[in-house]
Amino acid sequence: MRFTWFNLMPWPYLPDDFREKNRSVWVDIDSNLFDPAKGHQVYNNYLDLLEYAGKLGFDGIGVNEHHQNAYGLMPSPNLIAASLARRTDDVALVVLGASIALYNPPLRVAEEFAMLDCISGGRLVAGFPVGTSMDTNYCYGTIPGLTRERYKEAHELIKRAWASREPFAFNGRYTKLRYVNPWPRPIQQPHPPIHIPGGGSLETFDFCIDNTYSYSYLSFGGYIRGQALMQGYWDRVAERNAPDDSPYRAGFAQTICVGETDAEAEQLYAQHVSYFYNRCLHVYPGFADAPGYRTIKTIQKGILSQYAPQTMFQQLPWKELVDNGSVIAGSPETVTHRMEDLIKKLRVGNIFCLMQIGDMPQDKCMHSTRLFAEKVMPRLRHLFPEYADDQRFWCKPLNQRAVPGALPQEWNQESPVGVER
Amino acid sequence: MELKTVQTERIPVRYYEGGAGRPLVFLHGAGGLDMDLGFLDSLARQFHVYAPLVPGYGDSEECGELRDMLDFTLHTWDVVERLGLKDPILAGHSMGGMIAGEMAAIAPNDVSRLALIAPAGLWMDEHPIPDIFAMLPYQLPPYLFYDAEAGAKLMSAGTDMTDPKFLQAFLVQNARQLGAAGKILFPIPERGLSSRLYRIKAKTMLIWGEGDKLIPPVYAQAFQRAIAGAQLVMIPEAGHVAPFEKPAEVIGAIARLQ
Repeated sequence: MRFTWFNLMPWPYLPDDFREKNRSVWVDIDSNLFDPAKGHQVYNNYLDLLEYAGKLGFDGIGVNEHHQNAYGLMPSPNLIAASLARRTDDVALVVLGASIALYNPPLRVAEEFAMLDCISGGRLVAGFPVGTSMDTNYCYGTIPGLTRERYKEAHELIKRAWASREPFAFNGRYTKLRYVNPWPRPIQQPHPPIHIPGGGSLETFDFCIDNTYSYSYLSFGGYIRGQALMQGYWDRVAERNAPDDSPYRAGFAQTICVGETDAEAEQLYAQHVSYFYNRCLHVYPGFADAPGYRTIKTIQKGILSQYAPQTMFQQLPWKELVDNGSVIAGSPETVTHRMEDLIKKLRVGNIFCLMQIGDMPQDKCMHSTRLFAEKVMPRLRHLFPEYADDQRFWCKPLNQRAVPGALPQEWNQESPVGVER
Repeated sequence: MELKTVQTERIPVRYYEGGAGRPLVFLHGAGGLDMDLGFLDSLARQFHVYAPLVPGYGDSEECGELRDMLDFTLHTWDVVERLGLKDPILAGHSMGGMIAGEMAAIAPNDVSRLALIAPAGLWMDEHPIPDIFAMLPYQLPPYLFYDAEAGAKLMSAGTDMTDPKFLQAFLVQNARQLGAAGKILFPIPERGLSSRLYRIKAKTMLIWGEGDKLIPPVYAQAFQRAIAGAQLVMIPEAGHVAPFEKPAEVIGAIARLQ
């Protein structure tokens, strides 16, 4: 099993009446609600938490990309990953990911990921999301009906750029480059492991299966609701005759809160979970799915967006969120059992643990994170022993890595040249 | 009107045909032709009407090869060609008006009569056109209809938005139709037409509902300034869907092109 501690970086200062006074947390959210000076503190707090998790035995620490979004303050996940690369040591940097269709030219992603891989000594796990409709279409203006074609082309360019050892010309429809020749290249060969966050489109299932990428379902709906979608993925893995059904072909994001007891978990975390589910997920349904963004095949399959109106407008109480699996919460014992249930039912080897939730303060987040790392994670490690050696979907760091800040003594004119000091 | 199919180089195209008289090609707006069938029937009393569907609309096949404005413009010229028409009256509503305007600008010697009914295609920062791609169905009527309440009733007639089957069918249709329209209308319904309008040589009739809240009449004046000799007919008590709300007045204005 691989556990990644994931931080969405939510803005923790949305007012109590946010839902009543605002139509959406995303796209056209009131700019006045963002306070840059507080932002300074928020970013640094969140970076500290990611670094903290990196020291507790999580396999990875994770970031992702959102735009104009108060629950995801990372328009550039690569900036955050770059900060983490220097302040962490042996933990994987999981960037889930950079929306490759949004970069012009998309070669930028190949370059930045290569930089991250080099700086971190091969610790990058790369993500290539199509991006949500909110990000891709409404915030970044990509034409919905052309988004997937653009994505495909960007992917082809990046893969070729990483694989090629000489400059080549790329004559795409959306990107034309005479000399593709990125410097630097990634450490990991032929390329860093690639995870594809998806929301249930068949094309993305097939894309992952055909390229040996890991499919990640990053939902907030929890594992019980996520089961149908993941089953759809595994059915597809079988249908397309993939060589194996390794659980590492899949990942799942789960909101998790651990306390000493079930009661403590509710007492400590309920208000922050409520903040997240009832304020941060207040997305105007008109931004959920631009027409043309999803393919007809996917809509006909009946896999509708998690942002569909029916889930958006009710206040969700703690008990319901816990019962329906949106949140896995409780004592280490309770959480272990439910996690095991999740892992087996969804058959997922990669877990993205959402543990910084809404406006949760640092000390509570650390408490929950430590309990998970010390009392839950070790009890789940043994699952899927037959795939314990499957390294295809994880990073392969260099054995000898640079130590950040390891400068020699200042230059001293008195010392003879070339003599060790 | 009869629903038929004509094959272009790329794709079978569905079109309505009916009536007799001078040939007239009518290009529909982003909402499709469903609401315009009555209007087309009336129009067919004076003209030989051809109303092709943009690929992806109605029961027609989508066409992945249509990606940008030039593709749409040339595709529609292909349809005219395959229908065997020479210099038909070219009429278009909203998105269809944008396409018709482009066709007349790109081939000015092939279009002598042009009717643009509340066409899209221009953008003024001080008069932003509302974003139909971010609207839920129930939010549309005030932007489309002069009488929003009657429009809402009409649009929701026989529909139950809570029925998952209906919702799925609605989403599929929306994805096909607005997905196609989005290629020239998303996120801003402007693709450089303003720099080409000067090329139009056709006798041009601009037809606009006085109460158009989607593409407000200030755009009518902009089109009129940009197309030499264009005449403007404002239609009282009509919104953006003037052909539906005031078919007789719209047809009367088109007839002035004869």
